[in-house]
Amino acid sequence: MAVQLQACDPVDRGARKEDMMVGVMVEDERAALAGHLRAVAERRDKAAFAALFAFYAPRVKGYLIRQGCQPAQAEDLAQEVMAAVWRKAGLYDPAKAEASTWVFTIARNLRIDAIRRERYPQVELDDGARELPDDRPAADDVVSTGQRARLVQRAIATLPPDQAEVIRQSFFQDKAHTAIAEDLGLPLGTVKSRMRLAMIKIRAALGEQEP
Amino acid sequence: MTYHSVKTSPPNHHASDALLLSYAAGALPSGVALAVAAHTTLCADCAHRAAVAEDIGGSLLDRAEPAALCPDALARTFGRIEAPEATPPPRMHDVPPHLAGLPGPLRAAVNALPDTRWRLLAPGIRQIDLNPGARGGGSSRLFRISPGTTLPHHGHAGIELTLILQGSFTDEVGRFQVGDLAELEDDVVHQPIVDSAEDCICLIATEAPLRFSSLLGRLMQPLFGL
Repeated sequence: MAVQLQACDPVDRGARKEDMMVGVMVEDERAALAGHLRAVAERRDKAAFAALFAFYAPRVKGYLIRQGCQPAQAEDLAQEVMAAVWRKAGLYDPAKAEASTWVFTIARNLRIDAIRRERYPQVELDDGARELPDDRPAADDVVSTGQRARLVQRAIATLPPDQAEVIRQSFFQDKAHTAIAEDLGLPLGTVKSRMRLAMIKIRAALGEQEP
Repeated sequence: MTYHSVKTSPPNHHASDALLLSYAAGALPSGVALAVAAHTTLCADCAHRAAVAEDIGGSLLDRAEPAALCPDALARTFGRIEAPEATPPPRMHDVPPHLAGLPGPLRAAVNALPDTRWRLLAPGIRQIDLNPGARGGGSSRLFRISPGTTLPHHGHAGIELTLILQGSFTDEVGRFQVGDLAELEDDVVHQPIVDSAEDCICLIATEAPLRFSSLLGRLMQPLFGL
């Protein structure tokens, strides 16, 4: 089954203008999604959850299929991810992460739990993880969450093909940088430097400077 | 002896962008992922870069081609929400006091273990195996190494990560202190020596088994099980 996903395909220049229009639409929708998450957290609002479901469940299923999941397993996992969204909605902090990033990490962890039958190590909110003293301005001081997603999307869409390829293999083919180097027949240092350059571009798009 | 969580200056040795991207994508073996997750609880810089890498995932999810669900998928999901969770997260016992100061992701790993005692491995070296089944071919172990002790000379295939949790060591690459992550690659042969006054406690996670290059190391290999 051929699933189209343009975000990582910088060759498709024709889609660029359309991408930006989609970006604008999604940004309005995104503000609504964050509101729906809050409504689920605060009031267990089923209508708000249905709206979240309509947006995220088909995307999670599509993403899982793109990663090689069979449709039946992707369906099962997508429902499980959405059930976790309901249960964990109170933990979502819009100042720290985009709603889609948060849903992505839930889907990532549940997929690995299901496929490898082991838990993917993760950082819980109370681990003090991302609360360390840091002189960097908070993410939402530099660019508002919402704007952030659009900037990351555009940065990914404009990566050079070799950098887009290593991102694609990481996220869609489940390959660590070491496996990518092996498969592409490249020195590990080359793959690491492509990933580093991609990260620098994305951080630059977010208004960050390389330290 | 008790593990002390001592926060000193920010770490000097960080995770590479490639490692953080692979972690964010969900592509790392679990032992190596554990070391990265634990490091991000000790290093604001790497926590931030991991969050940016996860934004890539969020962005790809946003743009994923939607796949239609079963017509009754929403109702079934509400059914799951109302049903008690089939498999509650593993929790065999609380983290014992001698490991209570560990970073959260490591506490979670210790929580799932039936036995959390330090096992003597060689003179001056004790370990707790965090992945006794060694699924996926990699490994993750906590080591407690006495001052002045040298780990056997070893090389390895794939990634090897060492996260310092107490004390410090020095190897060919430099000096590693609390919070530092040593990220070694294919075919680097190194020989760390503990140079702190107290025991050095570290997490060593590998993608593939270690290869000891010295005779002593080869003799110890079955003991390490690495």
